[in-house]
Amino acid sequence: MDWILANTGRIAELTLDHAALSLPAVLAAFLLSVPLAVLANRLRPLREPIVSGTGLLYAVPSLPLFIVLPIILGTGIRDPLNAVAALTLFGMALMVRSAAEALDAVSAEVRLAAAAQGYSSWGRFWTVDLPLAGPAMLAGLRVVSVSTISLATVSAVLGVPSLGSLFTDGFQRGIMESVLAGVVMTVVMALILDLLLVLSGRLLMPWARRRA
Amino acid sequence: MGIEFRHVEKTYPDGAQAVRDISFTVPSHTTTVLLGSSGCGKTTLLRMVNRMVDPTGGQLLIDGEDIAGAEPVRLRRSIGYVMQHSGLLPHRRVIDNVATGLRLNGAARGPARSQAEELLELVGLDPALGRRYPDQLSGGQQQRVGVARGLAGDPNILLMDEPFGAVDPLVRLELQQQMKRLQTELRKTVLLVTHDIEEALSLGDQIILLRPGGEIAQAGTAQELLSAPADDFVARFLGVAQGRRRLRTSAGQDGEWVVTDAEGRPLGVVEAPPGPVHPRADPSGSVPPEDGR
Ligand SMILES: Nc1ncnc2c1ncn2[C@@H]1O[C@H](COP(=O)(O)OP(=O)(O)O)[C@@H](O)[C@H]1O
Ligand SMILES: [Mg+2]
Repeated sequence: MDWILANTGRIAELTLDHAALSLPAVLAAFLLSVPLAVLANRLRPLREPIVSGTGLLYAVPSLPLFIVLPIILGTGIRDPLNAVAALTLFGMALMVRSAAEALDAVSAEVRLAAAAQGYSSWGRFWTVDLPLAGPAMLAGLRVVSVSTISLATVSAVLGVPSLGSLFTDGFQRGIMESVLAGVVMTVVMALILDLLLVLSGRLLMPWARRRA
Repeated sequence: MGIEFRHVEKTYPDGAQAVRDISFTVPSHTTTVLLGSSGCGKTTLLRMVNRMVDPTGGQLLIDGEDIAGAEPVRLRRSIGYVMQHSGLLPHRRVIDNVATGLRLNGAARGPARSQAEELLELVGLDPALGRRYPDQLSGGQQQRVGVARGLAGDPNILLMDEPFGAVDPLVRLELQQQMKRLQTELRKTVLLVTHDIEEALSLGDQIILLRPGGEIAQAGTAQELLSAPADDFVARFLGVAQGRRRLRTSAGQDGEWVVTDAEGRPLGVVEAPPGPVHPRADPSGSVPPEDGR
């Protein structure tokens, strides 16, 4: 306990570092996945390559990826950007499939009715397809957010500071409180982001509550 | 004038020939019913009118103009469409569902909403229901909303695909009666699809009976179909052949006329005694015939 009280400044700093890695990655994964999912949903022949292809990203072991990325991106080995990029890719591996399935699940009858009302193809996408796929996409995004926040701890191994640094330091120097603080803060951050996602879902999709 | 189908054909890309050489006209301000069992091409024909389906042969004219040249989105905005499971947008309040077409045609939100409220009243719904989401309404109420949405923007043409097919029989009867009342008032050019013979007889000024394979078996008024079925198929489909639509009258105890079906089951009493003409089935529905299916 003493250790934690004596190190609140460092814990807070690493928490911010951790958020700075994982939040942009979650956002980027979402923003990149949705257009890919739309493509997969609209162009049937592309569906399997896109969905399975991005899904395979998850099979790439994370450590080598962290090492290969600097070479591809031309960044320094300790650049936090590597971690953000790697986390984005892992997020996409989950999110593309989830978003594509969400779009596939939009009721064909409702889409047909909308077309018959005279929605243009794009008008219908923005006002019908996307909102109706929203709840299922949100469910996928929640998984991505939790998994990204947890995965971001790995960056510490590469010397990119995050809550994972509390694990590495703690193990090296035999400070259990440090490891514990890392675990607790990671879980807390994941829970907070999840809560925020659920709340914004309620706000943006008030109609979905009773249906879920 | 009205909607004219000229030698219309449709073969879907998978090779299924849904309709072949269909010609008929839906006269303006009247109701034409496409009647037939499932799979005989009714929906296909209906959707050609707003270019949800394009024919692979023949022509379709609205008020004399071939719609092949019409822009589909614009065409759809000028035609009302009502379908079986209402097809309401689940994420929009009822009022906004009704206002959708008005908004697509450029109306501002405020006027569109107040017009939508009037439409809800027109179809017999409390405008206060407008604040709800579609899944907070009963099936019958949802269908009414569907009709209100179809009428939004006062289109000349109303397409209805089994609009009352998914509600229970009592509600269906109510909705059909309301549709009749509305139609005497609004006089839209209506093309309505159903597999329900009673519905066709009660709502159709003209009935186009389709046979499997997507051909017209017979076209005419209810009276014409019932009294002079073109062939065996028509007679059997309408239940004329089995005598199910033959009604008899006989004198009751107090001198009133009792109507019975072919098996002698009493159906009702005639209010004005029949004249010297031999009484026969009245297709206009003043004596409700037994369920003919
Ligand atoms: N999009 C489609 N692709 C291929 N075949 C279709 C399609 N829509 C309808 N059909 C076929 O066309 C025939 C007529 O269908 P439809 O017009 O829906 O009939 P109905 O409305 O009378 O039940 C059926 O055999 C059906 O399987
Ligand atoms: Mg049909």
